[in-house]
Amino acid sequence: MSILVNQNTRVVFQGITGESGALHARACIKYGTQVVAGVTPGRGGQRFDDAVPIYDTVEEAVKLAGADTSCIFVPPAGAADAIAEAVDAGCKLVICITEGIPVLDMVRVRKYLEGKPARLVGPNCPGVITPGDAGSPGCKIGIMPGHIHRKGHVGVLSKSGTLTYEAVYQLTELGIGQSTCVGIGGDPVGGLDFIDVLDLFNQDPDTHGVIMIGEIGGSAEQRAAAWIKANMKKPVAAFIAGRTAPEGKRMGHAGAIISGGKGTAAEKIAALEDAGIKVAPTPADMGTTLKSILS
Amino acid sequence: MKIHEYQAKQIFARYGIPVPKGEPAFTVNEVGAIAERLIGETQNPVVVVKAQIHAGGRGKGGGVKVVKGGPSEATAVADKMLGMQLVTHQTGPAGQKVRRLYVEQGLAIERELYLALLVDRDRRRIAVMASTEGGMDIEEVAAHRPEKIITLHVDPALGLAPFQARKLAYALGLGAKESMKSFTRLLDALYRCFVAEDCSILEINPLIVTAGGGLVALDAKVNFDDNAEIRHPEWEALRDTDEEDAVELEAKRAGLSYVSLDGNIGCLVNGAGLAMGTMDIIQQYGGSPANFLDVGGGASKEQVKTAFEIILRSPRVKGIFVNIFGGIMRCDIVASGIVAAAKELGLKVPLVVRLEGTNVEQGKQILQESGIAVQAAASMGDGARKIVAAIRAGA
Repeated sequence: MSILVNQNTRVVFQGITGESGALHARACIKYGTQVVAGVTPGRGGQRFDDAVPIYDTVEEAVKLAGADTSCIFVPPAGAADAIAEAVDAGCKLVICITEGIPVLDMVRVRKYLEGKPARLVGPNCPGVITPGDAGSPGCKIGIMPGHIHRKGHVGVLSKSGTLTYEAVYQLTELGIGQSTCVGIGGDPVGGLDFIDVLDLFNQDPDTHGVIMIGEIGGSAEQRAAAWIKANMKKPVAAFIAGRTAPEGKRMGHAGAIISGGKGTAAEKIAALEDAGIKVAPTPADMGTTLKSILS
Repeated sequence: MKIHEYQAKQIFARYGIPVPKGEPAFTVNEVGAIAERLIGETQNPVVVVKAQIHAGGRGKGGGVKVVKGGPSEATAVADKMLGMQLVTHQTGPAGQKVRRLYVEQGLAIERELYLALLVDRDRRRIAVMASTEGGMDIEEVAAHRPEKIITLHVDPALGLAPFQARKLAYALGLGAKESMKSFTRLLDALYRCFVAEDCSILEINPLIVTAGGGLVALDAKVNFDDNAEIRHPEWEALRDTDEEDAVELEAKRAGLSYVSLDGNIGCLVNGAGLAMGTMDIIQQYGGSPANFLDVGGGASKEQVKTAFEIILRSPRVKGIFVNIFGGIMRCDIVASGIVAAAKELGLKVPLVVRLEGTNVEQGKQILQESGIAVQAAASMGDGARKIVAAIRAGA
């Protein structure tokens, strides 16, 4: 078991003929992911790498190729529209990798998503991976390096890409495998938040513990801490990046900014610790912190 | 992206949002003529000279002066203000040099209100915040008298609804027929402005009720959503590079995300989260980062070289820590960029490199064979320890 994606997930890549769309579609196929279609308007009828059929619309990819999940590499100006198209076509999961989508586009798309069954991961995220092993193929949808992962029972949940890789690498080095790793992205307005994913991990019998990686800005980590305290049945470890970040300076991610003294790492760490969550003192201790709560 | 007050007011005027009459001035010589024109047009001898910098709190710092003595006094005030280092709670102790002024008509103030629109990330909506406590620091009001702030959220499908505008008008004491009409019209224009111009914050503090009962935006703060720059080519003309950190600007042009900090350890990292984490771990081991630098997911050799050059050029930097977890980013590309920059500019400070991930062996080999003095680190913790120790040994 796992959450969100598994070996049966059928993926359409929106923007498969773009440079990074093509690069990562290939890496996902190589990992074992079922990439059943690509979408690039105007390129319908062609094939990607002589194999994967390309359609003009996501609707065709769903109807003709049986896609149920979309992975979006469309440039920022058209990415919010691409999300809406995937949802409209009936994809149950939409993973948007694109970085730099205007925030008001995301406000409108979030409104559009209300009441619809589709889940959105991202934007500005590394994607979702359920690691496989020799016996069962995994499913990698996104830009994370597949080889650092190992099949297992820890759920990884993060706002940041490379920090997720760092955590996964430390876990794998310690011999701790992962059930599913979800990068929810660092933008101010996105899809699934910490609580949505924690809830899924909570219900997944194959996930025995969770590491949650947050960063400065907003209050999603504080709300997650309260939710964990009230609902979580499994041990959770955490790390918050940006203890030393100054106020008013945006740290790369559009959402990673301390404004009006709110959204500081100290505030988040206090909320997490108050909920009984063990917080790694440095990013080098993420793996060992998780290990310490499992045993 | 930030713009000046006078630029924000020019945008407001296009949307029919009432602003005082005024003109920007870039030299002292212009100020007298502007003041004379304003006094002539308004038949009011009072003008206000305002320093234009991208920071709040200008009034307390001496950057806003009410002038009652006509054009000659306005010129004298401008002469002192232009070129001064204006220090406010947002500029840091060094302050910001005043290079532009705004001269506008004085207005008789009956009441001062607060009005702002912004994106509320928790509610995923545009929020409107209003208060009867205008003219003061809104964060103070929020901290001590939160009941004085009224917030409502806009449904993106519905837009800002007239009933919401009425609700705010009543709360602000603008329920009388004429003031209700002016307020709802103003708020509607502000919302249209916020959406069409892709603002991330739009703040009027104070929004004044004049002696005649009219509403006027006495101040104007507009920030744009950087991500929306792709559809706003007109922003380039509004950008004031004098207000931005020169190094941060250079980094941005090279596609890098860079923020200057006060410490002495230069950091080169891929990914924002890992870059913040690297700053944190350096501090944990007793060091102090000189910068935040995210070279991004798929930087080229040239970008890495530029990034490394930016760090090398800083006189503050006494040591450098490179922390790369190559996913898309290939370690060999990072190594080549570092070597190219170090050979060109010379490397006079200790360098610790931690490479992990894609093509890590090639990366390490490139560094080893380059002949530059580099200490390899086995993990990010190891790297942070090593760079802090190397700087202590050199000091």
